[in-house]
Amino acid sequence: MPAPTKGARLGGSPAHQRHMLANLATALFEHGAITTTETKAKRLRPYAEHLITFAKRGDLHARRQVMRVIGNKSVVHELFTEIGPRYENRNGGYTRITKVGFRKGDNAQLARIELVEALTVGQSAVAEAERARGTQFAGRKAPTGATAEAAADLAKESPTAAAVAVEAEEAKAAEATATESEATEAPATTETTEETTEGDAKDA
Amino acid sequence: MAVPKRRMSRSNTRARRSQWKATLPALSHCPRGHVVRQHNACPTCGRYNDRQVLDV
Repeated sequence: MPAPTKGARLGGSPAHQRHMLANLATALFEHGAITTTETKAKRLRPYAEHLITFAKRGDLHARRQVMRVIGNKSVVHELFTEIGPRYENRNGGYTRITKVGFRKGDNAQLARIELVEALTVGQSAVAEAERARGTQFAGRKAPTGATAEAAADLAKESPTAAAVAVEAEEAKAAEATATESEATEAPATTETTEETTEGDAKDA
Repeated sequence: MAVPKRRMSRSNTRARRSQWKATLPALSHCPRGHVVRQHNACPTCGRYNDRQVLDV
């Protein structure tokens, strides 16, 4: 048996609920942000983000699957050409819900659901720094390439970026010494060389 | 259909109604000093978490 959808049921019938979610998603993609009740916003969030995932995939099959939900072709076009590519570097969490007080008439809690901005260079650098620092999801990893450059640029602005910049330089220096030592040790013993290369692979 | 046999006394009515109580909303201050409901955008300056969410 499939797990029931989280959250409240909307409308009077399954068809009514489907229509409401589809219309809310269409309005969200058309305007970028909508104000609705908190209950509807909470139901809309996973639904809309699923559609954005299709837009990120961007092939014909994905487009047809979205067209089953959203009838407005211009909205689908905008979703696939602008909204999808904007979230290239973001893994989920494309919407933000903020509570904005109560509605006159029925005192329902209102919420504003909006599409979040694309990640900036600084934010991506910080995210990579968090990954590099080592979390429960990812092992420790020294920053390289664009991240190291961005961290060096932002070093004065944020302590995290400064730490990353230092780490990047250390990693570069360590790599240089490792390659030198490999060159000297290579003829003597092959086993130690293999160990050092494995260690490098983990560091890099 | 069930129908009351006796009129309810004024005392009993008032004792029941004495339990109708309003609860205090959880209030705090936004960074600009306005009184706000917690976890809600500020209705005065329209900001939440240093982000403008309302037209005011």
